[in-house]
Amino acid sequence: MPETKSKLLQVEHLKKYFTIRKKGRLMAVDDVSFDIYRGETFGLVGESGCGKTTCGRTIIGLYPATSGSIRYEGKDITHLTGPQAHWFKKRAQMIFQDPYASLNPRMTVGDIIAEGMENFGLYPGVKQRQQRIQELLGLVGLNKEHANRFPHEFSGGQRQRIGIARALAVDPEFIICDEPISALDVSIQAQVVNLLIKLQQELGLTYLFIAHDLSMVKHISDRVAVMYMGHLVELAASEELYSHPLHPYTQALLSAIPIPDPQIERQKEVLPLEGEVGSPINCQPGCRFASRCPHAMERCHQETPVLKDLGQAHLVACHLF
Amino acid sequence: MTEQSAFKTLTSGDISADQFVRVGVNEQLSEQLQRPSISYWQDGLRRLKKNRVAMLSLGLLVFIILMCIFAPLIYPHSFDEQNIAITNQGPTWQHIFGLDDLGRDIFARIWIGGRVSLAIGVVGALVSLLIGVLYGGISGYFGGLVDDIMMRIVEILVGIPYMVVVIIVSVFLGKGMTSLLLALCMTSWTGLARLVRGQVLQLKESEYVMAAKVLGTPSYKIITRHLIPNTMSLIIINTTFSIPGFIFSEAFLSFLGMGIQPPLTSWGAMASLGQQQMAYYPHELIFPALALSITMLAFNLLGDGLRDAFDPKLRQ
Repeated sequence: MPETKSKLLQVEHLKKYFTIRKKGRLMAVDDVSFDIYRGETFGLVGESGCGKTTCGRTIIGLYPATSGSIRYEGKDITHLTGPQAHWFKKRAQMIFQDPYASLNPRMTVGDIIAEGMENFGLYPGVKQRQQRIQELLGLVGLNKEHANRFPHEFSGGQRQRIGIARALAVDPEFIICDEPISALDVSIQAQVVNLLIKLQQELGLTYLFIAHDLSMVKHISDRVAVMYMGHLVELAASEELYSHPLHPYTQALLSAIPIPDPQIERQKEVLPLEGEVGSPINCQPGCRFASRCPHAMERCHQETPVLKDLGQAHLVACHLF
Repeated sequence: MTEQSAFKTLTSGDISADQFVRVGVNEQLSEQLQRPSISYWQDGLRRLKKNRVAMLSLGLLVFIILMCIFAPLIYPHSFDEQNIAITNQGPTWQHIFGLDDLGRDIFARIWIGGRVSLAIGVVGALVSLLIGVLYGGISGYFGGLVDDIMMRIVEILVGIPYMVVVIIVSVFLGKGMTSLLLALCMTSWTGLARLVRGQVLQLKESEYVMAAKVLGTPSYKIITRHLIPNTMSLIIINTTFSIPGFIFSEAFLSFLGMGIQPPLTSWGAMASLGQQQMAYYPHELIFPALALSITMLAFNLLGDGLRDAFDPKLRQ
């Protein structure tokens, strides 16, 4: 945890609805609020389709927010256009999920990395830019000879490093990592995560780390938020969340983490979850998890729980507390 | 049990660390390139060169184009010169492909007609390429309501048979090459527009376009750098296939008498004239028909080769 806790990013009551013809609105992100402090890694976990990626893309401005506000260094960036949007894009970057889809197959690695520099007029001279590209390649563990090659000549892990170099090219301070490791082999996952940690220490970056791999999130994050169907259900410091999960969904989620020891794994008690994930289209008020929750009460079906601070910055959205 | 004890003896110190030497890998050497890095286009071109049928077609097309340009300049007989005394004469050394029913040299007329046919094919394909790519690109990139309106317009245009358009245009502009070209261009770009729109719709959701947006790349650069280069191969393939379509449409309309008017001629118009003499003087039909068929076949085979070389879905 950083010593001075200054807020870098404040997300307040963020909503992102997608209109679906004839069906209504898909509530991908529904009333989500959290703060990210400078220099920390904020983990965002949840199962597939719970709105993690949409949340990240809305923050970076790829999707316009339906309502709510996003503030960066105290400045409202929710609906930025023109030069102010440029100001934010220079500071915040994104690393994408699929290393095979996130690099243009027709551009060389050097051109891919230079794209951001060109947009912001950084390192104007040809020589300076070449030098910076080589520096960045070295920083992410690639060779300078790689600049003239095309993406198809690289492995998944190397491509993800190129993606990281591209994000770093504009010298950002905040990076949204949108499941950067989920498409990689386990051995490569560790390399990429360690690279991200190393870069954070060297460059003082702040991360929003989106993932569904709980043990990886625990490894990299200072604080972790758990999402379920567009709602934030629990938010706490990483250690606290993994040792004392409070929300029934978090408990079930954590009990499902496989332990790499067959004997313990066999005796482990997995909290069973009944039923299916509901549809996020046209949701009614009430706890989204109520239909699957073993502790569901009458109140859970009528009233949407809000995040409550239970001390030590451990927030949970559940009527049990 | 035995396995376990064996495992224990192995781990208990028979093998010590100093028995191992780190060989190491020279990372500089491992990254040395064995072959020069080649771009997508170079790779496609390499594949195309390996395809004999496509290269033969390309050679044939180059030959036909060169003949259309230079043959009328060198050949002693002009395309509109009449020799009434020997009408319908078969091929001789004097007149290589013979004469038609008005005593005009067919060899000379083939290359003049080829100029018209090829010009209509190439110009038509280029115009429909330009309109189709722009229209489809805009429709796909902006999406939403813009896309809805633009695609409905395309659907209406697709619904009109091009024969009707040709007749209407020739009523206003008179029969001839201009009105033919105009009418063909008005209806032919819709297929390419739909194709490009579909590609752009798909590509604009791709992560590299999102990455470009996050990096602050302006729209025009996203279109020119990311979207167009990635749809280019499909566009080229489609255009190559559309050229024989244009040539055939022109031939068909000229055959019906709605296209090129005399004294100018085209392969379709020549075939139409020859068809009347088919029973007695077959050479008047065979030569223009052969020219038309070979050209169309060559374009189609070249298109096949281009598709095999450049279409990302067919590459292995």
